[in-house]
Amino acid sequence: MQVPAPFDYERATSVDHAIGLLERLGDTARLIAGGHSLLPMMKLRLTSVEYLIDINELRDDLSYIRVEPGRIRIGALTRHRELLESEALRRACPIFHEAERVIADPLVRNRGTIGGALCQADPSEDLTAVCTTLDARCVIRGAGGERVMSMADFYRGPYQTAVGPAEILTEIRIPLRPGGSSAYEKVGRRAGDWAVVSCGAAVWLADGVLTDARVGLAAVGPNTTGIPALAEALRGRRPSEELYAQAGTIAAEHCTPVTDQRGSAEYKRHLAAELTRRTLRRAVARGMADGAAHGAASG
Amino acid sequence: MSVLVRMSVNGEHISREVEPRLLLVHFLRDHLGLTGTHWGCDTSNCGACAVWLDGEPVKSCTVLTVMADGHEVRTVESLARDGELDVVQRGFLACHGVQCGFCTPGMLMTARALLDRNPDPSEAEIREAISGQVCRCTGYASIVRSIRWAAAEQNGVRTVIDGDEP
Repeated sequence: MQVPAPFDYERATSVDHAIGLLERLGDTARLIAGGHSLLPMMKLRLTSVEYLIDINELRDDLSYIRVEPGRIRIGALTRHRELLESEALRRACPIFHEAERVIADPLVRNRGTIGGALCQADPSEDLTAVCTTLDARCVIRGAGGERVMSMADFYRGPYQTAVGPAEILTEIRIPLRPGGSSAYEKVGRRAGDWAVVSCGAAVWLADGVLTDARVGLAAVGPNTTGIPALAEALRGRRPSEELYAQAGTIAAEHCTPVTDQRGSAEYKRHLAAELTRRTLRRAVARGMADGAAHGAASG
Repeated sequence: MSVLVRMSVNGEHISREVEPRLLLVHFLRDHLGLTGTHWGCDTSNCGACAVWLDGEPVKSCTVLTVMADGHEVRTVESLARDGELDVVQRGFLACHGVQCGFCTPGMLMTARALLDRNPDPSEAEIREAISGQVCRCTGYASIVRSIRWAAAEQNGVRTVIDGDEP
């Protein structure tokens, strides 16, 4: 029977209350949201927590998906299921819907949150790859105010983030640019499992040319950051099968998978290349179709 | 440290002193005697412990009892009303959805939640809905058929079970 070690429990009544508790209790305290990363670690005694601060009652403050001109704001306590089912989010960033369909299972998605997923910083975790792909910004609040940073600055390595002991991730901001589209693919051994390899792609098109492109991979090594060389190779080019293949080669070269029970390093490298090709191809096709639809509507 | 929790379990108001580390599955089974909810893998993989929290199925091995304080929990014991089985329970009986029975309570709760949101789910939608639950007898075909039977029965459609056609 897996049971966490004893701890004290308190419910936060506001974000400031949560920050105040964290300040007072120091690094023996942890925030709990959906609990589907933290509780299993506590049950396995992989992490020790003396004080658990439950932020689930802060939904009024921290649970929302707001599609605004030029950006989307997502509250950190927004659950996977809400990300999956948001039609507005799907229209603006199809990658979220495609990723959420393959994250864990429906019951886990009813509890797990985007903030919890990012703060767990598991290199195999899908939303970190999605947010990296979309060049998301993370809003971290502490007693001194807010800090806003890129995913590259937020993610400090496996299970490490820039969130300090008395800080809380409150919001994820996704920049929106014209002509954008995106896609996500995951190869897993079975429904609900962690990825063997996952890959997200985002493209921005103008007059049939890629003005920008980003790829984010998960489960291919300790880093989940995007691959700048890949964006450089794609920028200003016309999409083609040759270009997708070239991008796949760059992705495979820039990742560092290890052999484990989910597959060999060689197989994962192959997947990194193939999934990069597939997601770029699909994101471009989707972007072209959107562009054609908008052209027809305005013409 | 013990804390007082108050919640609604199957429509009944419950108040108990519990340790914060007590998992909801053990609270239901060991403190309230509601052993219909099964305790399986302990790692939020198998879904035998699925119950409803505020109307949505969750894995009760990965929810602390204190997190359910002030909320509404429903277990498999609440499905039958006035001695009459719910239509999903009748579906599992009609289509042999129960083999060893261990996964059944979780499957029933997920099936009921699915039909409440989607009264006429496709086979793919049913399989997606139960994808977080493991039937170690591997009786998935019968479970999917049971849920389809329940949907049809609930929608007043005369039910034909695959393989039973004349």
